[in-house]
Amino acid sequence: MQVSIERQVSNVEAQNLSALTPIAVISIFTLAVFVGFEVVSKVSSTLHTPLMSGANAIHGVILVGAIIVCSHATTDLELILSLVAIVLATINMIGGFLVTDRMLEMFKGKKGADK
Amino acid sequence: MSDFIYDLIGLFAGALFILALKGLSHPRTARRGNLLGALGAGIATVVVFFHGEIKNLWWILGAIAVGTIIGVPAARKVQMTQMPQLVALFNGVGGGAAALVAIVEYLTLGDTATTAIVIFTVFTVVVGCVSFSGSIVTFLKLQELMTTRPVVFPGGRVVIAGTLAATLGSSVWVVIELGTSPLLILAGLSLLFGVLFVLPVGGADVPIVISLLNAFTGLTVAASGYVLNSTLLIIAGTLVGASGTILTRLMAEAMGRSLFGTLFGAFTAKPQDTSGVVEDRPVRSGSADDVAILLNYARRVVIVPGFGLAVAQAQHTVRELADLLISKGVEVAYGVHPVAGRMPGHMNVLLAEANVPYDQLVEMEDINPTFSQTDVAIVIGANDVVNPAAQTSPGCPIYGMPILEVANAANIIFLKRSMRPGFAGIENELLYDPKTMLLFGDAKASLTKVISALKAQ
Repeated sequence: MQVSIERQVSNVEAQNLSALTPIAVISIFTLAVFVGFEVVSKVSSTLHTPLMSGANAIHGVILVGAIIVCSHATTDLELILSLVAIVLATINMIGGFLVTDRMLEMFKGKKGADK
Repeated sequence: MSDFIYDLIGLFAGALFILALKGLSHPRTARRGNLLGALGAGIATVVVFFHGEIKNLWWILGAIAVGTIIGVPAARKVQMTQMPQLVALFNGVGGGAAALVAIVEYLTLGDTATTAIVIFTVFTVVVGCVSFSGSIVTFLKLQELMTTRPVVFPGGRVVIAGTLAATLGSSVWVVIELGTSPLLILAGLSLLFGVLFVLPVGGADVPIVISLLNAFTGLTVAASGYVLNSTLLIIAGTLVGASGTILTRLMAEAMGRSLFGTLFGAFTAKPQDTSGVVEDRPVRSGSADDVAILLNYARRVVIVPGFGLAVAQAQHTVRELADLLISKGVEVAYGVHPVAGRMPGHMNVLLAEANVPYDQLVEMEDINPTFSQTDVAIVIGANDVVNPAAQTSPGCPIYGMPILEVANAANIIFLKRSMRPGFAGIENELLYDPKTMLLFGDAKASLTKVISALKAQ
């Protein structure tokens, strides 16, 4: 009973947040697609691996989503699943940026020698 | 913190991600780009704690600490040769996290979820789970914990198609029925589909699949952004999804692979006849001493490193050989194919780690004209990237892929483990060329023998 009341409260809170209108979502999505296409369209193959790894780290920002769901988790199951999500997302984000940096460290000075 | 300020900071983080991707696509700005991305992610993570009510704060901080304790040493200590599979693993856990986030939000919303939210939840769960289990399989393949060859079993096509149909069916079921168990069944089926989807992919195509799954995970993050009403997640996820798709295509092009063939290999693959098109033609195999003699009298040597070098972790040994030759007055250069190694650009990372001077690493377009003045080309664990079939036989899978033209060198030495063809599975005519000498064995062991033979002379 307690749980269901809390749940209703959190739903009310959720509705108070300014929900994105469908057209806003579609606009953000479309523009982001174009930007995503544009920024990587002319990358040299030498950088394919670091770029993939960097992009991989960026989607680790799902950590923010994991924190949000955990912060309003009410049942044990929700809490456990969202904590697992936080652990996984943290590994993705922190590990991803670190390993990309290690890769790029190896390239240091390469282009200086080339050009 | 007000919603407006929170969203504004989210937008700032999104802009940092764009700058990060932009920076990462140019060698000079790549490292800074990565740092900008990390900054954006860091800001977004800190800010979320100051927005709205945060329950379970200590649990959250504890989980972040656990993730850090696992992630940091993994990223710090991994050998550079094993880095592709670590990236695959990081991608997989990201997909898994997105799927879990969607599941939890679904449980929290219960009956109040709108149909649109349920559809996006289903998308996130399906694609996130596929990305998770698919990435685990690519990890196992790259770590060689399982075969790198395509895994195809009789009736495989039917099983895969059946799993896909069941996955789609239960997606519809979840949208209509709205229940916890349908959602968990859907997650299970999606995990299974991810495994079946990646199993038939051969070793050479694995990087392309990793890149594709990376783009998938990006899209799941975007979809969960819709569910959670977070513009930041929508922006970041879509950026990764879009750039990842382009990157996957570029990668497939650089490797001379068809993206379509890679993706739908699961549906078209037939059990391969592995017993054998082993051609019974004579090859000239030599000993380490023969190789040493050839090298000792050479004026110019070009080293062509490939996948086998990475597998044998012989990059330090190969540098030792190069240094020895240079000390004997031989001119040495490395001819690096854009897709040498396990991923595009991987070989540059490996050789750079072994402290090979940058001016010795020559890119394909620059090294090709010099092969005619080269006395010995040493091909170490590479095959497809030097296979003339890519230029001469239309219809072979790698036709059209630019290659290193080692055939123009006066002598060719192949360091190979066996006569097995490369990952593309195509016979290499060059192996039967009269000016080719083969030295069989593990690349590292062979190189060590050649070095001691050279020193003895």
